[in-house]
Amino acid sequence: MVKRISSPCADCPSNVDLEQMGVKLGKFDRVVALAGNPNTGKSTIFNRLTGLKQHTGNWPGKTVTRAEGGYEFNGVKYKLVDLPGTYSLLSVSQDEEVARNFILFGQPDCTVVVTDATALNRNLNLALQVMEITDKVVIAVNMMDEAHRKGITLDTRSLSRDMGVPVIPVTARTGEGMQTLLVTIADVINGKIRTKPLRVEGSVEMKHAVSELSTQIEKLYPNTPNARWLAIRLLDGDERVEKAILSGEIAKLVRSQKRADIRFSKKMAVEGHQ
Amino acid sequence: MNSTLTPQAVLDRAESLRPKLSSGFRDEIVKSLYAEVERITRRSVKIGPKKKWDFDQKIDRLVTSPVLGLLIMLLILMAVFWVTIVGANVPSGLIADFLFFIEEKAADLFTNIGFPWWVTGFLWHGVFRGLAWVIAVMLPPMAIFFPIFTILEDLGYLPRVAFNLDWLFKRVGAHGKQSLTMAMGFGCNAAGVISARVIDSPRERLIAILTNNFVPCNGRFPTIIMLATVFVAAAFPPLVASFVAAGTVLGVVLVGVFFTLLVSWGLSNTILKGEASAFTLELPPYRRPNIGQILYTSLIDRTIFVLWRAVQVAAPAGAIIWILGNIFVGDLSLAQHVADFLDPLGILIGLDGVILLAYIIAIPANEIVVPTMMMVYMGVGMMTDIPDLGSLRALLVDGHGWTLLTAVNMMLFSLLHNPCATTVLTIYKETKSYKWTILGFVIPLALSFLVTFLVAAIVRLLGGG
Repeated sequence: MVKRISSPCADCPSNVDLEQMGVKLGKFDRVVALAGNPNTGKSTIFNRLTGLKQHTGNWPGKTVTRAEGGYEFNGVKYKLVDLPGTYSLLSVSQDEEVARNFILFGQPDCTVVVTDATALNRNLNLALQVMEITDKVVIAVNMMDEAHRKGITLDTRSLSRDMGVPVIPVTARTGEGMQTLLVTIADVINGKIRTKPLRVEGSVEMKHAVSELSTQIEKLYPNTPNARWLAIRLLDGDERVEKAILSGEIAKLVRSQKRADIRFSKKMAVEGHQ
Repeated sequence: MNSTLTPQAVLDRAESLRPKLSSGFRDEIVKSLYAEVERITRRSVKIGPKKKWDFDQKIDRLVTSPVLGLLIMLLILMAVFWVTIVGANVPSGLIADFLFFIEEKAADLFTNIGFPWWVTGFLWHGVFRGLAWVIAVMLPPMAIFFPIFTILEDLGYLPRVAFNLDWLFKRVGAHGKQSLTMAMGFGCNAAGVISARVIDSPRERLIAILTNNFVPCNGRFPTIIMLATVFVAAAFPPLVASFVAAGTVLGVVLVGVFFTLLVSWGLSNTILKGEASAFTLELPPYRRPNIGQILYTSLIDRTIFVLWRAVQVAAPAGAIIWILGNIFVGDLSLAQHVADFLDPLGILIGLDGVILLAYIIAIPANEIVVPTMMMVYMGVGMMTDIPDLGSLRALLVDGHGWTLLTAVNMMLFSLLHNPCATTVLTIYKETKSYKWTILGFVIPLALSFLVTFLVAAIVRLLGGG
């Protein structure tokens, strides 16, 4: 049973197809993850789409655990996962690991990287790293109003061409651009939009090494979704990833992440907050 | 190709491939990431003449300057406390009058209908009175404090506080972000303990977890506010009384900060040895807070949530106190026996047995300390004599020998004593260790006894108390 939650904007044209489902998590067709640097407004976007009231605060690190909620758009039910903010996926602090593990092993159908329009060149780094892990990426450039006030203009079309994934300007505070974001997420998932994420390949030697290793990893653990990224991490000497491969944790992580998802969803549905 | 591919073989292969790559593989990746981003943004981002940006920076220069920044911070805190105290005073009284009026009428009604005395007593003078106290004492200050605090948070002021206090935490070997976890602790220590996840280093995170209790959470704030208003401020003319009360609350918070730093220093020089790690903290731009969202999160999510938690504990606690107060062994009720037993220890630290009993009953939630104490003092038998909040002082001073020392030490005890059950459970969940959980309970408890004992001893030596 999905009830339309009345909000000041429930009848705006931009929200016509959106049903905010809050934490009434039933069966979901798709899983969408929200990633991004700290304090870029992930939770604000999350709240706007799900109708939930996840606490937001104007400081980096406010969200330390992930929150889940749901929305229905054009008849498809989406589970939205709000991840803690991270500057990179290379480090191992606990809040950052939550994000990294989910993108890596949770296999969301689409990952939205939320960026701050006023600090794009710092934010896009994470987007590139996420794009190493998965093809299904949409970049949401948030806080367009603030950028405008600061006299910053963005050519999102050129940005999208360069990054190889859709780039959508939004202002989560007011809800501007959310409709386009929803359509784009749906299109990326159903294949109407083909992404061709920019991959930083480095030297020829590196390219060869990466492709050789990733082939081996795929052979070793057939269900691993991100062999290429794991290969890069191995070449980098990431001990965490080395350990995971040695112990077979990789295969286990893929399974356990799925189980944890189910448990977490149930918990959220009961408690309704973190 | 190797037909029996083992994990070790893959690792070995990675090992052997690594030297072929240019040295500093990771640097190469990071560098090329940055170069890529630089190239892309140069094409698509145009930055116009800066206007607003400069204004932000001007404010920041003031707010984060070494001396003035701290001063501004203290002023803001003082203002928040003052508004909370002044704003909560009248509604608290009104709510108390109203609820006690209901209690009286309902009890009369029950008696007239012909319910046995113990049903009336248990329900109305036990369960209901516990609830009434909690709501009257807690609801108004929370409904004022939480929204103001959330506004500061949404505005972007919190990271500036962390920035200002960084050098202090660094000096005691703790992480600068610990002040952020402390800020969360103002709302609820369990939330503060969880928020310590923002700290990367396990050592510094543990320090933040173990010391979070020294920030008075919302369950303890009303106690401190009440004591500051009724005892400390009452000695001053009405015009300045509210400022004295706010100043006292600020003083208590600063004592808490002092002990946070002291214990952090102690930990990082003994069982959690190490240097403070460097970190970068982004100062977010100042943003206009979203008033609707603030009212929702602070009133519905926080106030009602915390109040509900208190109510859940207050109702059974009220029942327990009523039972303890109405079962007589010899001439005295059970409550009186327990209080008498605890009295020597209580007096040693400048409190008394009833206060200690209240703290024991309030282990599940600190919110019910004052209600429990009041109910034991008033004695459940004499149900007609319910004082309003104004005559509280008279009851405590004339009826039960309270002095300024009792009030001060109760504030200190409230600030320093063991965390509530929820927080202890959260510490366990976050650390997954009995050792740290027990330490998180024992350190504050030992400290609270030590400090109140010393204060009492010194005051008595000087002839006070």
